[in-house]
Amino acid sequence: MNVPQNLRYNTSHEWVLVEGDTATVGISDHAQEELTDVVFVELPALGKTVDVGDPTAVVESVKAASDIYAPISGEVVEVNPAVEADPSLVNTDPYGKGWIFKLKIKDAGQLGDLLDAAGYEEMIG
Amino acid sequence: MSTIQSSPLEALHLRLGARMVPFAGWNMPVQYTSIMDEHAAVRTATGIFDISHMGQFIVSGPGALTWLNRMLANNVAKLEVGQGQYSFLLNERGGVIDDLIVYRTAEDAFFLVVNASMIDEDFAWIAKHQPEDVAFANESALWAGMAVQGPDSPAVFEKVCPGQALPPRNGIARFAVDGGEAVVCRTGYTGEDGFEFFSPAEQGEAWFEKFIAAGAKACGLGARDTLRLEMCYPLNGNDLSPDRTPIEGCFGFFVDLEKGDFIGREVLAKQKAEGPAQKLVALEYTDKGAPPRSHYAVLDAAGNVVSELSSGVLSPSTGKGIGMAYVPAELAKIGTDFFVDVRGRQFPAKVVKKPFYKPAPSKA
Repeated sequence: MNVPQNLRYNTSHEWVLVEGDTATVGISDHAQEELTDVVFVELPALGKTVDVGDPTAVVESVKAASDIYAPISGEVVEVNPAVEADPSLVNTDPYGKGWIFKLKIKDAGQLGDLLDAAGYEEMIG
Repeated sequence: MSTIQSSPLEALHLRLGARMVPFAGWNMPVQYTSIMDEHAAVRTATGIFDISHMGQFIVSGPGALTWLNRMLANNVAKLEVGQGQYSFLLNERGGVIDDLIVYRTAEDAFFLVVNASMIDEDFAWIAKHQPEDVAFANESALWAGMAVQGPDSPAVFEKVCPGQALPPRNGIARFAVDGGEAVVCRTGYTGEDGFEFFSPAEQGEAWFEKFIAAGAKACGLGARDTLRLEMCYPLNGNDLSPDRTPIEGCFGFFVDLEKGDFIGREVLAKQKAEGPAQKLVALEYTDKGAPPRSHYAVLDAAGNVVSELSSGVLSPSTGKGIGMAYVPAELAKIGTDFFVDVRGRQFPAKVVKKPFYKPAPSKA
């Protein structure tokens, strides 16, 4: 299972990449493997403000729709049109081309509540 | 709450890396590698599904034909020995208890294949009406079953059972195997050429492995559902229910109102004469959209909720959203506009001709 060291993780399987005051969000390799073939991604509206824990995007496999939760609070400043056009990117490159949305970080303190790679690895066992 | 049942092939599924889920009271594989890949294997080559959860009933005796014709909506008398037909077990209101396939295995003997979730209810209903000159047995626990489906399936059969002939479409054949007999039925739930193969339960694993070695890809219930929905084959509990008749479902082809009386006939005859108030239609998205799923609201062109999807999926073959819904009969015409509501977003859909997908001709 691929769990990059430079990311932080939510217990609901989102990953977060922090660059300055921006947080890029996607789902982990483990999550994409559990979901199996992703056939649809519903992106949030640009400019939408979300609180930590809010359902923010939806990733759908053949069998089920799964909410993607905001790992931290913030404003949606960018979404990834590539995963809308080719949802399978979430399966093939979950930490790269399969990113889903970017948040402008509202409270950097919330980042401390997320798991580091070792903690997430332990969680998924 | 009854305990969950295990297929005789369960250990094999686990060895093959299947993801198991509870379905109809059974612990069954939903997929092995990928629903998309398994779906494609059946459309282009061959897939194999465990169907051991399905039920097998034997009906025999001098009164078997007359009695079955009272119990079932289709006309059993039309079957020659060795032939099978799709049929319905109806309640007194004409509602569907179950859909099944009945095969005539001898002049006065029949083999019924019924849905897993309905084995006990079907058996109780049929037994309740059983006359003295008919023997009726539930052999569901004795049989392992597997559906081998896809354009290459006749070649796979030839490799595994050399010298045995596949029966013609909808036909049944039986042959001796070590310690019992195997039954092969030229039917399926995917729209592709293929067959369903039943063996003594303890031999099921060996047969399943032989078909895999001969080229069939192991497929789970996920692909089984996408394949059947592309063909508009109904799933009992979704598209069929005790409150819906086969006339509303537009399955009149499998109902014979002229054969004499059968349970539910009166309701069906009246509906057919007057036209049903609702019909089961095939809805297809006109553009890209979020996957439609069962129970999603269906809106008419003016935006009024008129129904909900009985089944829905993003078609792996066409990439389009597809589904079925019971809608008012006046809205059932091909081309009628609807919307499917997905989490508050409305995706335009149209009534299309069934099925959604036309399989390529068999290679046999």
